[in-house]
Amino acid sequence: MILIHCPYCDEKRPEIEFVNAGQAHISRPLDPSSQTDEEWEAYLFIRANPRGRHHERWRHTYGCGRFFNAVRDTVSDKFETTYKAGEPRR
Amino acid sequence: MSGFRLETGGRVDRGQTVQFSFDGKSYQGLAGDTLASALLANGVMLFGRSFKYHRPRGVMAAGSEEPNALISVDRGPGRFTPNLRATGVEIYPELKAVSQNRWPSLKADFGAINDRLGMFFPAGFYNKTFMWPRSFWDKVYEPAIRKMAGLGDAPTAEDPDHYAATYAHCDLLIVGAGPAGIDAALGYMDTNKRIILIDEQDELGGGALADPALWPWLERSHKALIDAPNVTILTRTTAFGYYHDNFIGAVQRLTDHLPELGDAPREKLWRIRAGEVVLAQGAIERPLVFDGNDTPGVMLSSAARSFANRYGVAVGKAVVLMASHDSGWHDVFALAKAGVGIAAIIDVRESVDSALMHEAERLGIAVHLNHSVMGVTGRHSVRAVQICNNGDYLGRRIDCDAVLMAGGWTPSVHLWSHSKGSLKWRDDLGAYVPDLPNENVVCVGGCSGDWDFGTGAIIDMLPTPKDQSRIKAFVDFQNDVTAKDIKLAVREGFRSIEHIKRYTTNGMATDQGKTSNLNGLQIASSALNKPVADIGLTSFRPPYTPQTFGALAGHAKGALFQPTRTTNIDSWAQAHGAVFELVAQWRRARYFPKPGEDMHAAVNRECVAVRSSVGIFDASTLGKIEVVGPDAAEFLNRMYTNPWKALEPGRCRYGLLLKEDGFITDDGVSARLAPDRFHLTTTTGGAARVLNMMEDYLQTEWPDLDVWLTSTTEQYAVIALQGPNARKLLEPLVEGIDLSEEAFPHMAIREGMICGIPTRLFRVSFTGELGFEINVPTAYGRALWERLMAQGAQYDVTPYGTEAMHVLRAEKGFIIVGQDTDGTVTPFDAGLDWAVGKKKPDFVGKRSMVRPDIVAPGRKQLVGLLTDDPNVVLEEGAQIVADPKQAVPMTMIGHVTSSYWSQTLGRSIALALVAGGHEMTGATLHIPMPGKTHTAKVSGLVFYDPEGARLHV
Repeated sequence: MILIHCPYCDEKRPEIEFVNAGQAHISRPLDPSSQTDEEWEAYLFIRANPRGRHHERWRHTYGCGRFFNAVRDTVSDKFETTYKAGEPRR
Repeated sequence: MSGFRLETGGRVDRGQTVQFSFDGKSYQGLAGDTLASALLANGVMLFGRSFKYHRPRGVMAAGSEEPNALISVDRGPGRFTPNLRATGVEIYPELKAVSQNRWPSLKADFGAINDRLGMFFPAGFYNKTFMWPRSFWDKVYEPAIRKMAGLGDAPTAEDPDHYAATYAHCDLLIVGAGPAGIDAALGYMDTNKRIILIDEQDELGGGALADPALWPWLERSHKALIDAPNVTILTRTTAFGYYHDNFIGAVQRLTDHLPELGDAPREKLWRIRAGEVVLAQGAIERPLVFDGNDTPGVMLSSAARSFANRYGVAVGKAVVLMASHDSGWHDVFALAKAGVGIAAIIDVRESVDSALMHEAERLGIAVHLNHSVMGVTGRHSVRAVQICNNGDYLGRRIDCDAVLMAGGWTPSVHLWSHSKGSLKWRDDLGAYVPDLPNENVVCVGGCSGDWDFGTGAIIDMLPTPKDQSRIKAFVDFQNDVTAKDIKLAVREGFRSIEHIKRYTTNGMATDQGKTSNLNGLQIASSALNKPVADIGLTSFRPPYTPQTFGALAGHAKGALFQPTRTTNIDSWAQAHGAVFELVAQWRRARYFPKPGEDMHAAVNRECVAVRSSVGIFDASTLGKIEVVGPDAAEFLNRMYTNPWKALEPGRCRYGLLLKEDGFITDDGVSARLAPDRFHLTTTTGGAARVLNMMEDYLQTEWPDLDVWLTSTTEQYAVIALQGPNARKLLEPLVEGIDLSEEAFPHMAIREGMICGIPTRLFRVSFTGELGFEINVPTAYGRALWERLMAQGAQYDVTPYGTEAMHVLRAEKGFIIVGQDTDGTVTPFDAGLDWAVGKKKPDFVGKRSMVRPDIVAPGRKQLVGLLTDDPNVVLEEGAQIVADPKQAVPMTMIGHVTSSYWSQTLGRSIALALVAGGHEMTGATLHIPMPGKTHTAKVSGLVFYDPEGARLHV
């Protein structure tokens, strides 16, 4: 069971307290109506599936309840870092 | 002492005899014996029958690596444990052990015919043979094969034991309490580290238990560790798996060795998080591969030493050693010293260390260098071996009653491999040893390849003059895999060791190849003509040894498997004979049958009562979210399809929630209590999901909005009163709220008091009748319910359950998200486009509503269905076709989502998703069901009171 550092609680907690919330740094367009079908498709459905470093969102659902960002290695399943939502991509 | 018990020696208590039975026959052992040592002391060599060939098998090892001597222990109903290694079962008075995989008896086993037919059972035999006809597999082949092949019987009664579980944290976890593990613990004992020392055996010591010279040291060390306040010692505890971030799973066996069970938990699961891990798991001796190496009496050399020195048991009276490694010589010298008769030492090597030769000579033991065992005489026990010179294969016979195999050592890298540490091949050891760690872990002692057993030759199998296709030289003893099988796999084209493993099943038995992996690898290496290091090693996976389901499940069984949520009113429903159903994790009353009523009758009565007078319904399970803050209306406006900003305080609105892809995900009626406060309701199953989704948007997309979301599902008990008499029932009980149609219209909310309890009173309806939903603090739920029942007696107020609720809402065409929608249904598809705020610039899912596939024709749309025969109630989930005469497979254009008998309408009604359904009103569709294809006409969604006149009274 992995330990995940919650950047809001500033504590390493067991992964059963967390829920993965998909790829990170995908912003909802400010004006969805102005999006072309292709742009909207990319926003809705197109996701990276990297081998290695992956930027993900996690939620400390059974803790503080906050969403945050993480860099996890998809091969080793190790967390490189976690940081608060809104902070720049690492 | 008689039989095979040595006159002296061992750690057993010679003053305490223990009576036990094996296959119904009574034996005597000593306290401290395992089942294996006790039976060997009684001269019992035959312990079981092998998996596939039903060959007689004895004890091969003395520890948890034992592949052969699997037995079952019977402690009464529900306490039958199969597939235990006899080498790990501690005896106690009246222990009842039985052998496995034999019929009618261990000595005369019918299945042994498989062994005679062995040439017909090569690797892949089952895959190749039992292929046709396909229909024979389930009914003929598989049951027959299962009956013949296998391990112990599964227990048939429910396990009466209970199992404990705990979390533990430590700075240092040491797995294995042999000399290396104990040294590690002693080394850190005086630090302030919290240390846990784990060992699978009943006492500390590991290999030292078989070496009396180390016992004084062991005793001193044990005492020091027990006295150290920072050291926790767990014996009879198997660390079975090593998971991420130094998380180790271990099972402690608490009662299996006790004569009386008491009420203690049988086992305890330890989930240990360690700062650092020291693996000191030791090494496992490797058998040698030769014809007849599975005969009872052929065993590992180190095991014989254990039996002699630890248990005071001679494994034979004339013992032969077959060695390719120095360690066997030391074992035999120790056996000779303990009083075990040694018939000869045979070593495959041309020369060995002269010190070994001198010691053998001193002890008067005959030595045959450059020789191999080529065959074993005896079926149920060893009577002699045939040995031959490796060069000219000149054979001779040596009479003996036990054969010891010393084939070198394999470091136990199992847990290291679980932790994804890498391995490197060491030619000098002929073994894989730990290389680079992936966690904060080190290996010490035997499992790191660090041992003082001497040196040895690395060989795949012993040289033999015999036709190799006609001998049975076992590699995996538990799965009956021979050297021949592995060579066959290579001949048939398998190259990867992972494929060879799966084709031959080498290393796939319950012992996970502890004694077979490396021999299998060496044989594959020779057959492929590739160095072992280039072939790799198959993965080890948890558990290290088999563990009980009970230990892993712990308390999470029966009612504790997952929580059942109940409302405050649930106890009333239970007392009044409700039939329940689970909705998400909630237990809800489905219907309230009166004596003699079946579900159909009860639901009909409940529906009629609501339509004609008044019904009462426990709606407490509805999800509830309190949305508070200056931007609350703006937030809801962005989340839901409907417009919220103009909703006045005191009014309610039906809210429809989409996902960003434009499909319906939830719905519910919500009320505005104040400009900055909303009381949201969600579906029963969707509450947590909706709150999560809202938090996601609020935290990550619109963090500028000043809104707080709080789950209030469990803060309110909700009682729905529905029916024309609802107001009359309620009116006398309510204070401070004018219930008249003018003052309190449909889709309004008022705060006030009911029976002296503060309430949020909704005027809403999921039935199409005049209706109220009374929200009160949860603790008052049942009291209010009972008051309403008493007050409503004059109107014959009728409790109704979820089934009647479903019928009543279907009569009105109200959808249930997740039943009438399936995650691909848009508001337009569901006929809910009226709930979409067309003028809103944006809301979640809006952009997707004009995606090309969403506006394309032919989408499945929700319609009503009226069967031509009004008495036919269609099956929910039944498929729909346009033309029943078309060829099979037919084109299915939709399916029935909801279907009920409507007592109010005197006929059946149904909802269905049908491709292009909105354009089909009046068309006839066909619904094939078992026995008959039914016809139905497409209708609108609302079957009852389409004008909604009954709401506004």
